Amino acid sequence: MSAGLIYAATGCLLFVLGLGGVLLLKALLRRILAFNLMGSGAFLVLVGLAQRDGTPDPVPQAMVLTGIVVAVAATALALTLARRWHALTGREDIARVGDAGSRARRMANDRRKVGR
Amino acid sequence: MKALWRSLTVVALLGLAAALLVAVLGLPPAPVKLAGEVATNLGASGVSHPVTAVLLNFRGYDTFLEVAVLIIALLGMLAAGLPPPPPTGSRNAMLPTLARLAVPLMVLAAVYLLWAGAFRPGGAFQAAAVLAAAAVLLHLAEILAPWPRDRRGPRLAIAGGFLLFLAIAAALLANGGLLRYPPEHAGLLIVLIESGLTVSLAVNLAAFFLLRADKT
Amino acid sequence: MSTAFDLLLAAALLWSAWRTLATPQIGRAVILFIVFGLLLTLAWARLDAPDIALAEAAIGAGLTGALLLDAVAALRARRPDDEEGQS
Repeated sequence: MSAGLIYAATGCLLFVLGLGGVLLLKALLRRILAFNLMGSGAFLVLVGLAQRDGTPDPVPQAMVLTGIVVAVAATALALTLARRWHALTGREDIARVGDAGSRARRMANDRRKVGR
Repeated sequence: MKALWRSLTVVALLGLAAALLVAVLGLPPAPVKLAGEVATNLGASGVSHPVTAVLLNFRGYDTFLEVAVLIIALLGMLAAGLPPPPPTGSRNAMLPTLARLAVPLMVLAAVYLLWAGAFRPGGAFQAAAVLAAAAVLLHLAEILAPWPRDRRGPRLAIAGGFLLFLAIAAALLANGGLLRYPPEHAGLLIVLIESGLTVSLAVNLAAFFLLRADKT
Repeated sequence: MSTAFDLLLAAALLWSAWRTLATPQIGRAVILFIVFGLLLTLAWARLDAPDIALAEAAIGAGLTGALLLDAVAALRARRPDDEEGQS
């Protein structure tokens, strides 16, 4: 079993682990971490699979290099959105769209009561 | 009900993991050898390091669009509302000294990485990452103040590198294709693009951390 | 010998990824994610990809880690007074 294949298999497991995190965890920061794990897993599959015969392949390596920079851009944007969401609603998670909506309505009601 | 859905999701995920592992481990050898193609054409690319050749010559449009993606992410951050500046005065007293020692070396390392990218591991991405990390370190040491959203310098730097890339790519359209370098000038053009790219990427990556809402 | 190292590194990657998602405190999760990034740097070096290893060390572990720690600190600072209009 070559090193490429070992890391490709690891990448598959990391991808599934991250996917599970995105689906099952509620805290937004945790989901962003899980999404990054998914990305890292995909990168490992990309490079590991291309190099399973043991010779380095510059094409997937260059693509992953691009991918890492794009991933940090996406993470920065996601973190900004999560912080904005937290500042607006006081929540660190999105349980359900309906819950968030009812909470927003409740807050609007509270504000009206305070205004009165 | 909720627990049922959770366990169903876990079972589905385990199935997915097993399917992926079987597919990856049982994959037949690839019919195309891209590494060989790259090695054959490396002489005409203008650089001698294969990864840089792929990034800036053979698949230059990937890199080009990547810079655009970074700018879009930054625009998204500006649109979503920037975070407030962090509280000051709570940092470790050692940090400014460390930053003053480390940052000149980091800048030196970045210039070396940019120069080395033509013939060995290194290049615009790594140089930009090191420069951006240096900026973040200076910011954490409170030597570099956060950037207000309408600061002109970072905007010019970010747009400048991208526009230089765009201008060279568009000029090469006359040569028969986007980013199809004439082999005799390829090395020079790649160095030119990489230099602009390093500045643009470094300022863009640093802006993810340093752009803060005004204190109002 | 090298296969044993690869397997060990793969196990360490999976363990740190798992702990990143499963550990209760978010601050510790971010530290574990940075550890994961550094282990991944080793994996890239093992895969003959020094370019990616350099980028991963500077971006994956460094910049992303700084962004995440900053966000955690900001959320933690705001948590005690859990009210709107704090931005």
